[in-house]
Amino acid sequence: MTASDFSLELQEVSHAYGDLLAVDQVSLHVIAGEVICLLGPSGCGKSTVLRVAAGLEPLQRGRVLMGGNLVAEGSGGSIPPERRGVGLVFQDFALFPHLTVAGNVAFGLTHLDAGARAARIAEVLSQVDMEAYAGAYPHALSGGQQQRVALARALAPKPAILLLDEPFSGLDARLREQIRDDTLHILKRSGTATLMVTHDPEEAMFMADRIYLMEAGRVVQSGSPDMLYRRPVSPFVAHFFTALNVLHGIVEAGHVACAFGRLPAPGHAEGAAVEILVRPESLRVVLPGDRALSDHTTAGRLEEIRFLGSSKLLTVAMAGPDGAEMRLRIRHGGRYLPEIGGQILLQLEPEDSLIFAARKTLAGRHREASDKSPVLSGI
Amino acid sequence: MGALVTIDSIAVTPRRLSLLGRWRPRLWPLWVWLIAGAVAFPIVTVFSYLLEPKGEIWRHLAGTVLTTYVANSLLLVLGVGVGVLLIGVPAAWMVTLCRFRFRRFFDWALLLPMAMPAYVVAYTYTGLLDYAGPVQSTLRVIFDAPGGLRWLPDIRSLPGAVVMLVLVLYPYVYLLARAAFLEQSACVLEVSRTLGCSPWRGFFRVALPLARPALVAGVALALMEALNDFGTVEYFGVDTLSTGIYRVWRGMGDAAAGAQIAALLLIIVFLLLGLERWSRGRRSFAHSTGRYRPLPRYRLGGWRAFGAIFGCALPIVFGFLLPATVLLSWAVANVDMWSAERFVVLVRNSFTMAGFAAVLAVMLAAVLAYAMRLRPTTPTRLAVRIASLGYAIPGPVLAIGILLPFAAIDHALNDWLGTAFGVSPGLILSGTLVAVTFAYLVRFLTVSFNVVEASLGKITHTMDHAARSLGRTSFGTLGSVHLPIMRGSLLTAAIVVFVDVLKELPATLVLRPFNFDTLATMTYNLASDERLAEAAGPALAIVVVGIIPVYLMARASAAARPGRHSAADLTEGLKTHLT
Repeated sequence: MTASDFSLELQEVSHAYGDLLAVDQVSLHVIAGEVICLLGPSGCGKSTVLRVAAGLEPLQRGRVLMGGNLVAEGSGGSIPPERRGVGLVFQDFALFPHLTVAGNVAFGLTHLDAGARAARIAEVLSQVDMEAYAGAYPHALSGGQQQRVALARALAPKPAILLLDEPFSGLDARLREQIRDDTLHILKRSGTATLMVTHDPEEAMFMADRIYLMEAGRVVQSGSPDMLYRRPVSPFVAHFFTALNVLHGIVEAGHVACAFGRLPAPGHAEGAAVEILVRPESLRVVLPGDRALSDHTTAGRLEEIRFLGSSKLLTVAMAGPDGAEMRLRIRHGGRYLPEIGGQILLQLEPEDSLIFAARKTLAGRHREASDKSPVLSGI
Repeated sequence: MGALVTIDSIAVTPRRLSLLGRWRPRLWPLWVWLIAGAVAFPIVTVFSYLLEPKGEIWRHLAGTVLTTYVANSLLLVLGVGVGVLLIGVPAAWMVTLCRFRFRRFFDWALLLPMAMPAYVVAYTYTGLLDYAGPVQSTLRVIFDAPGGLRWLPDIRSLPGAVVMLVLVLYPYVYLLARAAFLEQSACVLEVSRTLGCSPWRGFFRVALPLARPALVAGVALALMEALNDFGTVEYFGVDTLSTGIYRVWRGMGDAAAGAQIAALLLIIVFLLLGLERWSRGRRSFAHSTGRYRPLPRYRLGGWRAFGAIFGCALPIVFGFLLPATVLLSWAVANVDMWSAERFVVLVRNSFTMAGFAAVLAVMLAAVLAYAMRLRPTTPTRLAVRIASLGYAIPGPVLAIGILLPFAAIDHALNDWLGTAFGVSPGLILSGTLVAVTFAYLVRFLTVSFNVVEASLGKITHTMDHAARSLGRTSFGTLGSVHLPIMRGSLLTAAIVVFVDVLKELPATLVLRPFNFDTLATMTYNLASDERLAEAAGPALAIVVVGIIPVYLMARASAAARPGRHSAADLTEGLKTHLT
């Protein structure tokens, strides 16, 4: 694949606000028809990347290419946003309050004659299912309707690249899922190269063909959602997607011993302290009939059951390596459960454990997604 | 893929790219500092006279009348401050938190006295209450005392001036207090109820403290106007600092001493501003909740309702209805004193000047507001702050602070041109409309700036970005997004400045070109000659035009939906006046 296949490409883009380095050598590319998510906690610099790509923020270092053409390099200057042919959708939708829905959509269609313009407006509005509201003013629309108009307005001039800045976070939860689904279909049909910024990992996994995960201005990992979820390169990446169970151990002879037996720990030095991260759904509840008890099974006491609808969240207490009691969270889909307070058997597939060199802080066995680590909360 | 073609068509090489340059304008700060410099000019001029050696007259003044000037000014400020609070706050509270008959009417009608210049009200009441007026005549008949009633208080006194000023200035406090009460979340008030406060205690313990910054701001605005007043105190013969400036400068012919008094007045004004700022302290008065519900209004019935109606009607009757009716009757009775041509010249002069100043003020305000929006750097912020200081400068101070340097420049220019070329162009700055327009801009730029800024603030940055990404240049964005959205507010700003200029007296009096009369100066001149009946014509004209911004404000406050009415920016602008 050559560079000109990339609708949008950023090469080693850096950006500082005063002394604060907000974006540090970020490189990424988007291909036509692809939906790419720039994911990260707030303040990680993802929105700045988007603004640099759109030309709203003057480039300081690096290169921005569109369709293989250079549009900005270093601090030398850049093509202004109005000549980049980029569609933008904002978190607050930024609809023009003095124009009707049709007027908003027509805003970017000045190059068309009246007939073609009307046709294009009708076409885009029907794409987002808003034909009936062409004459309405933005303030009369619901949040979801405003979002669709904003999308239609951005898509109307047929931009090669569409940039979305947290486009769903202004909507309430129930609505969001539906709109997300609709938007994805519209994007895929339009064939635009889409770069979307979000802080919501679930949203990113749902929407994206590929995810770039950012932390403190840098891209820490990129790849398919599946890849990032299953093969995180760091505890930060692992923690970003779900809450995790954290176990501790010391590497001996290429393995680490924990409550679930000896797990292979390739690539870790002999005697190194490691932490073993286990996703709540990776622990399997062993049913009474199951015979295939492996070495990686251990018993605990069921303390609590929380019903989440399709699954249940269990809290299991067991003795830790140092004798102190520790608690594990398990996401359990089955119907069978012992009594609360009763014994429960848990099994771990070794390949589902994520082993990283231990960080300095060992506090907390289950951390919630929102305060996963000092690295995160410190931003 | 039209959009793509645009990109392809530009054969971009890194070398050519640098020619495109950054698209952010860089000249804005220069303009902002120019404007700030212009506003600071009269202030600096006046203060520079403090360094001049104190002359004979100054020593004489200090020994005799200066104490009276200062004492009268301070008493005036004190009286007006108490008065506007006593009328403005209860009125605002009743209108926002109670329910009674005619509440909706009072809601906007309480603003009407704003249309009245203080000096016009003073002339009217003098006509009503002096010896020959209808009130004393009637009383003399009733008490059968043809020689006069010695025990009646004289309206031409300091308390009289205080009452006149309070009657027309309380709407500042009313307007800001009303907005503050409306903004308070019903939840906060309800929490105070659940914690055991009666409605009354809730008002004193929660609503009033929360509204304090707004009240202080409103009072400060009213006091600025009180210190700015020249027509009322001059007519009543009350010697304050603002009349003292003229007395010393024009009467005794000592410009330096006049400027020194002006500096003194300016110091009081700045102290007042500092006090306002200090009173806000470090406490945050920001609203802690974003949830708003319509305020639950206490229903008033029986004698309470009567009290509320009476309380609200009183300031409207005495601040507007009575003087307006009197003016109207005088004007109608004396219509033959005015030939159409004489009146048309006055109106034309006034409107030309006010219109010119209004357009310029809005343009300059737009420059300031855009500079703040594009790059609110610390120097720009400072410059904008200085530029919006002008409203605090009393008219007499402006007059002397502008005329002295302008006259000096003119004379120097004439001398030089006379010796070098043998021509004498006359007074280019001080003898033309330049000086008076300059004064208006300095004084009223703040008003237009606040309105423009409030309206610009409603256009989010993402709207700009959306417009840019849809193919508009920054200039195109101005035309297709900003101007259409702001049109109403710009018009509002222009109208407010227009009316303020129309009412302005002290600076106009001194700075207007020779023989150039406006509605305000003619009203003043006729009233000074005790030709009150004849003055009613131009005075009424000022009041009628003055109702327009009041109407706009009333409409804005009636339409509760934020952002739907451009005139809402006016209220918004007033609120940010002092911040």
